[in-house]
Amino acid sequence: MKEEEQNNILDEVTQSDYKYGFVTDIEMETAAKGLNEDIIRYISMKKNEPEFLLEYRLRAYRKWLTMKEPDWAHLKIPPIDYQDIIYYAAPKEKKELSSLDEVDPELLETFNKLGISLEEQKRLSGVAVDAVFDSVSVKTTFSETLEKQGIIFCSFSEAVQNHPELVKKYMGSVVPYGDNYFAALNSAVFSDGSFCYIPKGVKCPVELSTYFRINTAGTGQFERTLLIADEGSYVSYMEGCTAPQRDENQLHAAVVEIVALKDAEVKYSTVQNWYPGDKDGKGGIYNFVTKRGMCKGSHSKISWTQVETGSAITWKYPGCILLGDNSVGEFYSVAVTNNHQQADTGSKMIHIGKNTKSTIISKGISAGFSNNSYRGLVKISKRAENSRNYSQCDSLLLGDKCGAHTFPYINTANSSSIVEHEATTSKISEDQLFYCQQRGIDTENAIGLIVNGYAKEVLKQLPMEFAVEAQKLLSVSLEGSVG
Amino acid sequence: MLKIKDLQVSINGKTILRGLNLEVNKGEVHAIMGPNGTGKSTLANVIAGKPGYHIDKGEIIYKGKNILEMPPEVRAQEGIFLGFQYPVEIPGVSMTNFMRTAINEHRKYKGLDPMSAGEFLKLMKEKQKLVEIQAKLTNRSVNEGFSGGEKKKNEIFQMAMLEPNLAILDETDSGLDIDALKIVANGVNKLRTKENATIVITHYQRLLDYIVPDFVHVLFDGKIVKSGGKELALVLEEKGYEWIKDESSK
Repeated sequence: MKEEEQNNILDEVTQSDYKYGFVTDIEMETAAKGLNEDIIRYISMKKNEPEFLLEYRLRAYRKWLTMKEPDWAHLKIPPIDYQDIIYYAAPKEKKELSSLDEVDPELLETFNKLGISLEEQKRLSGVAVDAVFDSVSVKTTFSETLEKQGIIFCSFSEAVQNHPELVKKYMGSVVPYGDNYFAALNSAVFSDGSFCYIPKGVKCPVELSTYFRINTAGTGQFERTLLIADEGSYVSYMEGCTAPQRDENQLHAAVVEIVALKDAEVKYSTVQNWYPGDKDGKGGIYNFVTKRGMCKGSHSKISWTQVETGSAITWKYPGCILLGDNSVGEFYSVAVTNNHQQADTGSKMIHIGKNTKSTIISKGISAGFSNNSYRGLVKISKRAENSRNYSQCDSLLLGDKCGAHTFPYINTANSSSIVEHEATTSKISEDQLFYCQQRGIDTENAIGLIVNGYAKEVLKQLPMEFAVEAQKLLSVSLEGSVG
Repeated sequence: MLKIKDLQVSINGKTILRGLNLEVNKGEVHAIMGPNGTGKSTLANVIAGKPGYHIDKGEIIYKGKNILEMPPEVRAQEGIFLGFQYPVEIPGVSMTNFMRTAINEHRKYKGLDPMSAGEFLKLMKEKQKLVEIQAKLTNRSVNEGFSGGEKKKNEIFQMAMLEPNLAILDETDSGLDIDALKIVANGVNKLRTKENATIVITHYQRLLDYIVPDFVHVLFDGKIVKSGGKELALVLEEKGYEWIKDESSK
C-alpha cells in the first residue's frame, strides 16, 4: 500500500452520509411483482434461454416452495414478502451496443458517480469491467483483448447464448439449486451476472472486475456468477458492489460458483458497500449470498478476500470444497458493522482430498448498535488425510452497545489432520487513541488508522485498486462511531 | 512559554497534584525529579491533555493561551510533544504511515499542503541519522515488537520529526542501558535550540549527566518543594529523597 494513498484517504473522510445514494432515471422494463411459474417462464423467455435452463429454474422453484428460510443465524430478519418483489427489470432495449458512445448517457453518468467510468477504466488501469446494471449486463470491455487468449469474460446471459455447453456442465455443480433457501430462489429467478472461463494454461493478464449496482426500487437482485479456471490457469477476479439509497429494504440473493481444475488458481475479491440503512436502522440491503468454490483438481487453489462494510443484514459464508488432493482454500475477511447493521458471515472449508490446506483469517469490527458474528465450518472428511486448517477470528469493538460473536464449527473425521483455531476480542484502547492524538491526529483519523492497521492482514490480499477503495470504506463506514 | 499556576489535579476523586507552580522559558531545559507516585507522570499527561484527569484548580498557560480546554491533538499541533514512559503498540500501522499522517495533520493546522512522498522520505532519513535509529525500525508497525530501548529511541525519533516547541520526556531513561541512554540523550541535545524548551522527567540523576538541565525541580506530594540549578540533582543523588521528605516536613 502506498502511504500517500492512505493519507489521501484519511483526508477525504469528511462526509458521513452514504455517498452512493442516487437513482438513475432511465426507462426500465419490469415484470409484474410476485413469483410464480409464469414469471419464471417470462424471465426465461425474455432472455431467450435454452430449454435446459428453464427446466433448471422450474426445478429450483419447486424445491424452493418446499423450503424454509434459515433461522439459525444470529440475525433478526424482518419477514420478507416474496410476492412483493419485482423479479425482472432491464433497461429498455434500444439497439445493440457496439461502442461506448451508444451507451445511455445517464447510465454512464451513474458509473461516473461511482467512480468507475468505463472510459477511464478502458484507458487507464488495464482492468476489464463487466458492468452489471440491475439485471442486464450493459457493456463488457476488454473482451477483445481477452478473446485473443481464449478467455471468455461476458455476462451470464451471453454465456448462455454462446457457450451453453459450459453453462450446462458447471452451473449448479458447486452450489446445487437445493443447497439452501436463497440459493434455490436465485436458481429459479436469477437475472444476470458474470461468466468467466480461463482456458488451460492461461494466466489471465488483467484483473477481471464486475461492479454490481442495485437500481430500480423494489427489485431484488439475483446475480449469478460462474467462474471456471481450466487446468493450470490463473485468474484474479474483483467484485464491487454499491446501491442507491432507498427506504425499503431490498433483497439481494446472489450465487457465485467457482470451479478450479488441476493446478488452477482463482483469487476472488469482493468489496461490498451496499446501502446499510440509515442511522436508525431504516432501509438497507439484505445481502443473502451463497458463494462457493470447488477445488476440483489436485494442487488447485481458491482464495476469497472480502471487505464487507455495507448492507443492513449480511448472511454470507464463502467457502471452498477441497476435493482435489493437495488443494488449497483461503478466506480473508474484514466485516464492519455500524449503527444497526447485522452481519453473520464467515467461511466453510470442506476437506475431502488428501493433504488439503485451508486458512481462514476473519477480522470483525463492530460499532454503534450493530451485531457482528463470525460463523465458520471446518470439516475434514475421513479421506482427507494429513489435512490442515488454520483459523484466526479477531473481533474489534468500538463502543459498548455493539456485539461481536464467534461460532466456529469443527468436524474432523481422521486423526492425521491438524485444525487450529485462534480467536481474540479487543477494543481500541484509550491509550492508543491518546498516543495518536498526542502526535496531532484527531480521534476520527486515529480510528481510521488503527482499524486499517487491524485489518491490514486482509487488506494486503486485495489487488491494489481495490485496497485503496477498501481502506477508504473502512474509515467512512466507522465515522461518528466513537466520541 | 509555559506557565503553570496553582495546578490542582485529581483522578477518581484522589488528589494527585496539589497546587503546582512551574515556569519554563524558551531555550531552557528543566528536570523534574522525585520519588515514585508523587505526580510526575500526571503532570506530563495533564499538560498533554490526556483524558481522565480532573482539573480542580489552576491553569496552564502555553504561548500565552490557557490550554486546559484545548483537545490533545490541537495541543500537539501547537507544538507540545510528550515522550511516553510506556509507548503503546499500534499493530498493522507502519511507523512511516503513522508519522506521515501526524506530520500532515500538523501541516494542515498551519495551513500548509501535505508533504510529498519524496520530501517525507528525505526527512525521515535525515532524522533517523540524527537520533541514530535504524531504518528497519521505522519500517515496522508502531512500537510493535520493539524492545524497551527501541521504543524510547522511537519516541526521540518522533520528537525529531515533529520539531516541537515544548518537549516533555516522561521517564525516558527508565529501562535503558547506558549505550541506549547515551543515544537518547544525544538525540535530545542535538534537538536543543534557543527557541524550544524541554522538560525531562526522571527518577534518577543518571540521565542528567548527559542532558544537562538549567533547572532542577523536586516534585513531592503533588507540589514542587525545591528548585535549583543542576547541582541540586547531585545533592539528591547523594542524600536521597528521604532528605527532601525531611526538608518538606519541617
